[in-house]
Amino acid sequence: MSDAVVVMVALAAGTYTLKAFAPLVLSNKRVLPDWIKRFAMLLPTPLLAALVITSTFTSDDQIIFDARIAGVVAAMVALAKRVPFVLVIVIAAGVTALWRLVVGL
Amino acid sequence: MSELETLRRKIRMQAISISLAITPFGVAFGALCTEAGLGTWEALGFSSLVFAGSSQFAAVTVLAEGGTIMAAVIAGLLLNLRSLAFGVAMAPSLQGSLLWRAITSQLMIDEATAVGSSQESQALRRYGYIWAGLSVFVLWNLMTWVGVTLLSGTGTLIQDLGIDATIPAAFLGLVWPKLSSKEHQVIAGVGAVVAFLLVPFVPPGIPVIAAAAAVLLLRPWEKRGSHE
Repeated sequence: MSDAVVVMVALAAGTYTLKAFAPLVLSNKRVLPDWIKRFAMLLPTPLLAALVITSTFTSDDQIIFDARIAGVVAAMVALAKRVPFVLVIVIAAGVTALWRLVVGL
Repeated sequence: MSELETLRRKIRMQAISISLAITPFGVAFGALCTEAGLGTWEALGFSSLVFAGSSQFAAVTVLAEGGTIMAAVIAGLLLNLRSLAFGVAMAPSLQGSLLWRAITSQLMIDEATAVGSSQESQALRRYGYIWAGLSVFVLWNLMTWVGVTLLSGTGTLIQDLGIDATIPAAFLGLVWPKLSSKEHQVIAGVGAVVAFLLVPFVPPGIPVIAAAAAVLLLRPWEKRGSHE
């Protein structure tokens, strides 16, 4: 089995456990302490921010500065201007492609 | 048209718009799988069996960067801890047989919870949850397939079209709405800096996991305001 399949199966099993825990086990009882819920709701923010960083600046395990930065900055401007999500993605790709074509990098 | 049918129609429209909004993200996930060397079935396996957008991205990103299996799974699972909280919120609206609850639980994602939990009655919450969950499920898998089939074996096309930049843009789009609160701005900033500083020194995947510790700054174990 490839590494990807092992990750897929383990992640699917773990994710399903989290998704189904309350509907299957707790049913109608709200027994999770508030601090766990609060913790769970806060976690995605720093994780997603970190993923923005690693997927913008890393390549082969190293920090690298390339055209992706231009695309991400453009996406940031688009989001600040409340452009729809679909367009944000298109803008990020377009600016990055253009940067590569014109500047190189 | 009855009042109930008007409400249901409004909910179906919400469900369809939210699932259309995630379509480019699905194509980007397919592209990421291609970059990471995954095949069509592996990509679709992630999109149907894991079925949790940001965490699929996180796990495959870690693999693509050369991280270990353990780092990829932990990064994915940390992002999904929130589905435990979603489950607590939605469980009262999803009551039924064990089989029904087991199947509908797979749809416990951000979009289904968002559409479901914003409705007035239990019946409409359930209706919104199922509609949003199913329409995202169908489009998400379809778009993953489109991404992975269109972009496999195309060499540098992903770079030439700037599709590699859609991945950070997608993460940015997901975190953006949360940044309206001061608390979230702080932990996002700290998480980003921690990840950036760690990249050169630790194995791939670890910077993202370490960034999660930023949450501790807000002391979530204390009741809100109790330490003031």
